[in-house]
This record gives sequence, C-alpha cells and structure tokens, in this order.
Amino acid sequence: MTGKEYRTITDVKGPLVFLNKTEPVAFGEIVELRLSDGTLKNGQVLDTSDDQVIVQVFEGTASIDKQTGIKFLGDVFKLPVSKDMIGRILDGAGRPRDGGPSIVADEMADIIGAAINPYSRQSPSSFIQTGISAIDACTSLVRGQKLPIFSASGLPHNDIALQIARQAKLVDSDDDFVVVFCAMGITAEEYNFFVHDLERTGALENACLFVNLADDPAVERLITPRLALTAAEYLAFEHDYHVLVIYTDMTNYCESLRQIGAAREEVPGRRGYPGYMYTDLAMLYERAGLVKGKKGSITQFPILTMPGDDITHPIPDLSGYITEGQIVISRELHQKGIYPPINVLPSLSRLMNAGIGDGKTREDHKSVSDQLYAAYAQGRELRGLVAIVGEDALNERDLQLLKFADIFENQFLRQSRDEDRSIGEGTLDYAWELLSNIDTKYLVRLDQKWIDKYHPNEKKK
Amino acid sequence: MSKEKGVIYRISGPVVTAIGISPRMYEVVRVGDEGLMGEVIELHGDQSVIQVYEETSGVRPGEPVIRTGQTLSVQLGPGLLTKIYDGIQRPLPELEKTMGVFITRGVDADGLDLEKNWQFKPTLKNGDSVSPGDIIGTVQETSTIEHRVMIPPGISGKIKEIKSGEFNVTQTICTLDDGNEIQMMQKWPVRTPRPFTKKHAPEVPLQTGQRILDFLFPLAKGGTAGIPGPFGSGKTVTQQQLAKWSDADIVVYIGCGERGNEMTEVLDEFPHLMDPKTGEALMNRTTMIANTSNMPVAAREASVYTGITIAEYFRDMGYDVALMADSTSRWAEAMREISSRLEEMPGEEGYPAYLSSRLAEFYERAGRVETLSGGDGSVSVIGAVSPPGGDISEPVSQGTLRIVKVFWGLDAGLARQRHFPAINWLSSYSLYPPSLDQWYRDNIKADFPEVRTQISSLLQVEAELQEIVQLVGSDALPVDQQLTLEVARMIREFFLQQNAFHDVDTYSDLKLQYTMAKAILSFQEESKKALAGGSALEDVVNVPARTDLMRGRFESGYEDRIEEMLEEMTKQISNTMEAN
Repeated sequence: MTGKEYRTITDVKGPLVFLNKTEPVAFGEIVELRLSDGTLKNGQVLDTSDDQVIVQVFEGTASIDKQTGIKFLGDVFKLPVSKDMIGRILDGAGRPRDGGPSIVADEMADIIGAAINPYSRQSPSSFIQTGISAIDACTSLVRGQKLPIFSASGLPHNDIALQIARQAKLVDSDDDFVVVFCAMGITAEEYNFFVHDLERTGALENACLFVNLADDPAVERLITPRLALTAAEYLAFEHDYHVLVIYTDMTNYCESLRQIGAAREEVPGRRGYPGYMYTDLAMLYERAGLVKGKKGSITQFPILTMPGDDITHPIPDLSGYITEGQIVISRELHQKGIYPPINVLPSLSRLMNAGIGDGKTREDHKSVSDQLYAAYAQGRELRGLVAIVGEDALNERDLQLLKFADIFENQFLRQSRDEDRSIGEGTLDYAWELLSNIDTKYLVRLDQKWIDKYHPNEKKK
Repeated sequence: MSKEKGVIYRISGPVVTAIGISPRMYEVVRVGDEGLMGEVIELHGDQSVIQVYEETSGVRPGEPVIRTGQTLSVQLGPGLLTKIYDGIQRPLPELEKTMGVFITRGVDADGLDLEKNWQFKPTLKNGDSVSPGDIIGTVQETSTIEHRVMIPPGISGKIKEIKSGEFNVTQTICTLDDGNEIQMMQKWPVRTPRPFTKKHAPEVPLQTGQRILDFLFPLAKGGTAGIPGPFGSGKTVTQQQLAKWSDADIVVYIGCGERGNEMTEVLDEFPHLMDPKTGEALMNRTTMIANTSNMPVAAREASVYTGITIAEYFRDMGYDVALMADSTSRWAEAMREISSRLEEMPGEEGYPAYLSSRLAEFYERAGRVETLSGGDGSVSVIGAVSPPGGDISEPVSQGTLRIVKVFWGLDAGLARQRHFPAINWLSSYSLYPPSLDQWYRDNIKADFPEVRTQISSLLQVEAELQEIVQLVGSDALPVDQQLTLEVARMIREFFLQQNAFHDVDTYSDLKLQYTMAKAILSFQEESKKALAGGSALEDVVNVPARTDLMRGRFESGYEDRIEEMLEEMTKQISNTMEAN
C-alpha cells in the first residue's frame, strides 16, 4: 500500500492535518507530505478511522494546501541506531546537523519504547560522584536514577548540568559515561554554550546530541526526547554503555504537548495541559534504569524551568511524582552570589539510601547528611525569628545554628565551576569540619561512634 | 455467539471503536491481528467502544475484533501468594520469559500456574450438603498460609464425591449430586464485589507497628484510610511500612502508575523481609500488582479492581486482608484519560463526573464481614493520594476524604525537616477510636485511651504555644509552659518520629508504644515536681538518663529495659532538686 499518494486533505488546523477516505492506516504510522513546491514534511497518525485520519505534522503546517500529497509509509516511527552516533550532532528529527554523513543503521528502533518489566529491572545502587558537594552529600545520585533539575529562568541550571556531565564518575569502577544530550526548544545561544563547553572539555567525542532549537518546529519537540532515549537505550542495552541523558528544557516539551492537545480540541486538565500529561511524561522518565543481565545503564537529568518559580505548577509537579527526587535551584541563593545555588531543603534523592554508606561511599554519609539537613533547616528557620526579635533573644544553641546556616551556604554549597570534590575528603570531611562549629552536644543526628572517628576535635586528640 | 467477529472502525490511543459486533458492557474482546486484550466500555449505536490494555500503535482500521463472551475476570485459587502481576493479572515473571525485559504486546498468560500440583485435603466428606462460600478443603499454599478451597458463589447441593491428594487447579476435586464439578480455581469478574452475608462494625485495630498510626490515628481491621501528600513526603515509604508490618494475614499491594525502580525495590526487598511474628518471609502472605506509570493506561485502570477482587477472595476464606493502593490518583488519572478519549463531558478538573462514585464503590468493598460460610474476614483498604501541588482541595483527595474514616495527612514541611513519618499530627484524624477503645482497654491497658488523649492534647497545646514563641521567643514564656514545649518536643522526636530504615526502630508493638507514651507523661510529671521543688528547667531537661531513654529505642531489647531507664530518669530528675 505504500506508494499511494492521497490528496484528500479536508482541514488543516494548527499542527494537524485532517484527511478523508484512505485505505486503512495504522495508528502511529509515519506520514510523508509532499507540498506543491516539492518540499517534504513528516508527520504521524494521531487518530485513524475508516472515514478520517488525523496527522500531526512535525515541521509545522505552513504552506500546506489541499493539493498537498500525503503518503503513508506503512510503519511506525523508527530511528536508525548505531554505535557511530557517539560524537554526532543530529537535529530534532534525527537527521545529521553537523554536516556529516547519515547514520548507517545497525538496527531500526521503535522510538516509543516499550515499558521495562518491573520484574526485570535491577535496583540502582551505584553511587555517582558529581564532585558537587551539595548533590553528593545531600541528594546523592545513583546510576539508573532519573533526577531532574527544577530551575527557573535566569538561573545557572545549564552550568550545573554541564558540570555534572563533565565530572560524573563512579567511585567503584573506571567506566565512563556517554552523554546523550537532548535540546528541546532552547535558544541557539544556549545551544552554543553547551556545544562549546562540550568541545572545550573534549566531552563532545563521547556525546550524542539531538537538537531542536527554539525556531525549529514545536511539534518536532515531542519526538526529539524519544529519539534521544531510543539512542540511549540502544547504547546502554546493546553496547553496555553507561549513558547519562541530559534533556533541556522539559517545560518547552510540555508546551508543545499542550499545543497539540488544544489543536485536537481535547478536554484540558490543569492549566490547559492535557489530562494524559502524567502518562506522557512517564513514558520518557521511566526509560531510565538498569535491567537484569545487561551491563549498561541509563541515568536521566531532565532540566525544567518552573514557570513563575512555582514548584506546584503542573510541569514540575507531575515530574516530581514520576522522577526519583529533584534538585531545586534557588533564586535566593543565586542572588547571594552562591554557585551552585542548590537549595538542599526541598531537594531530594529517593534512591540515595541505596547508593551510600559503607562500601559505597562512607559509613558516616547518612548521619552526616541528616545532620547537615537538620542544622541548616533549623538555622534558616532562625533567620526568620531573628528578623523579628533580634539575635539577643536566641540561646547559645540557636546562635550556633544560625551561624552554621551561613557557613553552610558560603563554604559547603559554594564551589567553583571547575571544582571537583571527592566524596570522602572533598565533601564529607569538609562537612565534618564545618559541623565542628556547632557544639557536639547539639549534633543529635550523629552517632557517637562516627563522632569518635571523624569529628576533627576527636581526630586531633 | 462467543466467537462473534467484527472489525475496527477507529483507533485513538488506547480507545478503539469496533463495528459489526454487539457485545455486552465490560465484555473482554480481542482486538486486531495480534489479539490485543480490550474491554468494552461504551455501546453507541452499532459501534462498540473498547479500551485496550496494550499499546495500539500499528493497529489499523479493518482489523478484526473478536468477542470472548466473558467480562474482565481474575483467576482465583492456590498460587496467588508470592506472585507479582501486572494490572490484568498476567504474572510478570511469565511475561519476561515470553517477551524479554521489555513489555511488548499480544501475549497472554494465566494468572495461576495451571500445571502445578497442590496437596488438597478435604475437610468435608461425601454426602455433606454445601452452599456457596463453604470451605470444602485446604491446600498449604505457602509455609504460613493455608488456602481454603471454597464452593463458588451460585452453586450448592450435596457432595457426591470429594477427592484427596495432588491436583492442579483445573482438575475436579469435588462432584455434587446435580453433576456440578468443583475445581480449585474459580473465576470472578473484577468489577463485581464478591458476596458476603453481612458487614460488621470494625472493633479490632489493624496493628502496624508505626507509632503515630497505631497510637494516635488507628485504622480498624476492615476500615479505610487515605494518605494524601505531595511528592517526596513519604507516601510510598508509609505504604511499604504498612505492607511490611501490619498484622493482617494477607497483604495485597497495588503499585498503580508509580515508578518502575520503586516497584523493583519492593520486589527485591520483600522476599528478604521476615515477619516479626512467624519468622517466615513476608512474601509468603503477599500478592503484588505492578502497573508502572509507563505501562498501558487502561490496565492501570483495571489494576485496582484486580487487586481488590483478590483481597475479597482471601477475606471469604476468613482472613484479615490489608490492601494498599499506591496511588489512587494515578488510577483516577487513568479514568480521566480514558474519559477524555471518549469525549465525555468532564466534571471538575477534567475528571469524569463519575469519579467520586467510582472512588466510593471501590472503598466500599472494604469492610469486616461475616462470610457466606459464617466465618469472619476483613479487607482494610489504604489508598495513597497524590494531590497536584500537595493541595488536597482537588477532586481525588476530596472524593477520597468523603469516604475514608482515617486521614493520614502527609506534610511537605515535616518531610523537609526530615521528620519521618511526615504525618501531620494536627490535621490527621481517625474516626475509629470510639469503636476500638474497648479493645485497647481489654488487650493493652485500661487507661490506654486516656493516655492517647493526653498525648494528643499536649501536641495541640504546643501548636498554640509555638505561635507565641514565633513572636516573642521561648524564653519569654513561663517555666511551666517551657516545660510543656519540652515535653511536646519529646513526643515529636522520641515518639512520633520513627526511622523506617532502622532495624529496631522500624517496628514498635502496641505495648511498647503505650510504655513510651507513659514514659513521656511521667517525665512531665516528675519534672513538674522538680520544678516546684526549686530545680532549674535546664537541669531537669538535660538529665543524661533522658537522652539514654530516648536513644535507647534504637537498641534491641528496649522493651525489656525501658522501665529500668525510666526509673533512672526519675531518680536523676529528683536529684536535681537536691543539687539546688
């Protein structure tokens, strides 16, 4: 049936094309549109019946008229995958963007990606050292995790993502990461920043980029992350790579989702986003993990900018329900000039407990992390109190905690963009040193045996 | 009739429209060349609207649709325990064998192992009369659970022949006078509640070993509870703690639209966990249903029904069953997604108008009942709710709260302070204490309810005092109120906080909970005396024995030593008077 070209378009609405009277067309089938001037566009079937077929056009519907020829290609969207993708830059639809040759396919992979059987998954438990103290100590990343960065406009989330991509390593093996980078609707400037940095550090040779920029078709953005993840799955599960997938910006992706929903006149959910956005996001995020019997892994770092810094906005909210924690970037810390401005209090890594402790990081990691949290949280709360009643009303314990909050922000959080702290000496020992500013009797979250072993005052003895 | 065949007219995501068949509502049909499983959810003229439990891309109009004549049913019988199923009762390990690590489609798998032989021991003999629900024999299903084989609903008569020995679940083990043949396996449609004789009032608490739950906000066996909370507040950990430690005979755990890695963690962990009472693996009493967030949405919708039907089946044997559903919001979203594909008129926030009645129907399947055979069984339902932005004014939370009797409100603020379980003691409630108090008096201590009231009113007073402290600082309060704050802090840090990941602290039985609560109250009592006798507050609250008492809960054998530690604390507190 391929080869037949239809000219039965009835309606064109936003990114959607409606056409009549076709042979049976499969749901999800890929479509080629030939415009009267010979330009080719691609699309996918969103709804199909005997009478009408709805096609979503990736490159936008500009210049499409009723004479446009439509060809159904008889298959669902597949990406040619091969090991040679490493080191390449591809566009949002998977075509070369770097002027290089087309990818010679080892395999054609379905981009939707099937769900991993929960029974076949392997629990993630290898600690990834990012060299950033705030993350390593308090929201430890584990191989196979999906940990988004919740940021907002004007904050240095890209620097943090790049620093992680550069520095990420496993403490217990020499395996390197391959980075799959997926840009969705970011500006050319941001894109150049990423590429230059990857080039500068030589990481580009170990990376595969899928790029959809702000002026590329919005609908294509719905495909781009699926291509990136398909490539990641192929590299991880067929070639044993440990893949780090960074995608930015999820907010643009969700906007495109809403655009399609609106064009189809669907009943909207919260704030106009489609009711199936949770499922749709899950189909991306859940493609992280480890599988029994395979050596490779997929770790995801989605970046999303919270509209209006609002963590309850549907995009961060639904993401937070799917991902295994979040790293929250704080405007307040950024304005204080602290890099990386990670607010550890609302940040969380759900897989942390599986990845830290004796034999993985260090035996005292959990205790130290709890103590840092508790002391910093109380210190910050006291700032509010001091604003009302002044420091004089505080007792000795409170004064120490108050001071600790500043120390924590200025010394523990703050590090340079190239500073790579090791988990033991660079991060945990440093944490002990800073905690020694608080009287030991107030450090109730620390086990006595760790105090005896690691507290600087005890060590001196 | 059952092989009636039609064709696909339209496909839109998980919703497929077929023409040329006239099935019944909720009948299961096979869709397309690959025979994907679907369920009829709407009849519309000559069109039948089907929700398909598997991915539909690549399916074309014109492909066949075949009726099966059956509604969506589960297979019930020996072999349910220790299993892990997807939303439509396909065992996940079986799926792995046939499809590999990724879940593809078009594969069918039986819920029960049809080949396996079980040792059937009859408890009735030839000539006995039986009616629906009567137990005719038993099978030792796991080392701790005896499976009771029942006469299926709708069948009764006299036993003509009952066998004994090894059988698989499809072989006839019993024949009745009228020729009816009974097998160990029965099928039951998931959307229909299983019958029972009558519902009882809940009078026995479901003990969970979690102090804040058991002591302040108890759930009764056969009761219903909702746990709403924003992400990261510990819903899943709480659910898993309940699955691990609650004193139900059987646990059904439904992972509905949640994270794959989290389900894997449960799967890895459960087989290694030991029941504190029997010393046997907890998995022996557990059935799990896992439909992760990226598995087909229609199967997610079905998963809670699959789960509760299995729970009711064990209830009918006379067991106490606890069912955890994590998370009911994902279930509601699945309904919303299907509803919007059907282009139904939406209710609040796009959810279908029947959302609250579906929720109510589901929770109503909980309860403590007299079974058809006259036994006593219960299903307790604990549903997690994931409200967007943690705001519980949304439809799923509200629909749930109207029905459930226990509300465990998780609080992001507490979670951020690493106060776990992050259950807010001011907003949470339980309506069961009045009907459970007699049980506590008889089985734990006569003054149990009074101690609870004292503890919760101390927390209430603290909340009021904290408002003042926010303005003027704690030093400005009179000494007795400062003591109250100190006592309340002890309740929070020593009693309410509980470390789920600590070997000892993870579980406290009711007796220990009572003793700990009493210890706090006697600290208050003794401190008052000492303050009246001239001691300084600082000296009183800093007696070393108090720290020992509080830290002691992390050491095994605490329940044997707590009395001794309490005495020591009392002694040290009264010594502070002499020091002055």
